[in-house]
Amino acid sequence: MGKKIVDFLWGSTQRKVWTSLIVILMLASFVTKLVLPVPPPHVALSGEPIFSTGPQWFTNSVLTTIIVDIILLLLALLTRFSLKEVPSGLQNVMEAVVEALYGLAESVAGKNASKFFPWVATIFLFVIVSNWSGLIPGVGSIGFYHPTEAHSEEAPAGESHGALLNGQLAMVGGSIMLAAPGNAQHAPAAAESEHGKFVPLFRAPSADLNVTFALAIATMVMVQIWGVRHLGGAYFRKFFNWSGPNAFMKGINAFVGILELISEFARIIAFGFRLFGNIFAGEIVLATMAFLFAFLLPIPFYALEVFVGFVQALVFMMLALVFFQMSTISHGSHDEHH
Amino acid sequence: MDVDAAKQLGAALAMGLGAIGPGIGIGLIGSKAMEAMGRNPEAAGTIQTNMILAIAFAESIGIFALVIALLLKFV
Repeated sequence: MGKKIVDFLWGSTQRKVWTSLIVILMLASFVTKLVLPVPPPHVALSGEPIFSTGPQWFTNSVLTTIIVDIILLLLALLTRFSLKEVPSGLQNVMEAVVEALYGLAESVAGKNASKFFPWVATIFLFVIVSNWSGLIPGVGSIGFYHPTEAHSEEAPAGESHGALLNGQLAMVGGSIMLAAPGNAQHAPAAAESEHGKFVPLFRAPSADLNVTFALAIATMVMVQIWGVRHLGGAYFRKFFNWSGPNAFMKGINAFVGILELISEFARIIAFGFRLFGNIFAGEIVLATMAFLFAFLLPIPFYALEVFVGFVQALVFMMLALVFFQMSTISHGSHDEHH
Repeated sequence: MDVDAAKQLGAALAMGLGAIGPGIGIGLIGSKAMEAMGRNPEAAGTIQTNMILAIAFAESIGIFALVIALLLKFV
């Protein structure tokens, strides 16, 4: 048993190299942890304007949303203009993705799949790319120092650059605002604190409530549109329904209609907060793990966040599909016989 | 009790109490999925994907609690 372990760790030259690398890395991480105190993660709930003197709407999540859009458009155009009879490379990947998504749409929506597919596939691709964009090293850790109110008189020139190299090198997986330059008690942060407030250049779009709510509202509006398209004016009978054999049933039906109306709005909130909460919480978990122990500890959580990003994109798509499908089905079978 | 202490307590309570429901729910989903896989091992693949989806729904309740706790703690 002991010999096996020795063989596994020290059997060949390659193994020796790997084992010593890992040991050196672990030692280095311990030493770094002792020498460089990592500041506790600074948490910002919403995107912050990149330019302190520029437009307020141009936040870091807007910039990252645009980048995500450009990536998706480039992928689509690259695939479109190099279409071949026999697919290879990129086209293979894209075909596999689209086929898998279409299969999923078909399994939920049946014959309506071709109508719903463009919307839900767009949502899936956008959400998954924006979820994973927050995991790229540098997103959330590269940024500017904005002059705070106290310092604004000596540094009026918009953003002053601050490279995050000393303390923040340790935050490998942490994709959240890592520096807390306001805290002067940390030795490396103290030198930076005179630069002002740290604002990252990038922020995952789905870690911003504005983006997820926009997606949720657009999806729920589409649900109503699909309902009207399939059922006509009868769709609204779901919400405003006073029919019934007697006064008691009429009251019950009216009440159920109110509940349906409320649940439609509750879905927007649940939709928006589910995605936002998962991705935002993931970023905080990564930052906290990097804060607790910088080097090896965040890696399993990083893998978890990759998985969570995929699952949340899938959940958003599946829910949108299910709501679309539900809106096309006539409500209340007793309506047919009158 | 000052406001800061109340905030910290509120955040802890929100997260702790909010994790009970999703914990029970995820446990039930997992146990039923295992049971189903044991009864019908050929369907393990589809059961697993559906299980993960259902877990994501149950988990989102806990995530709401987490968002509230974070709001209390950091805002």
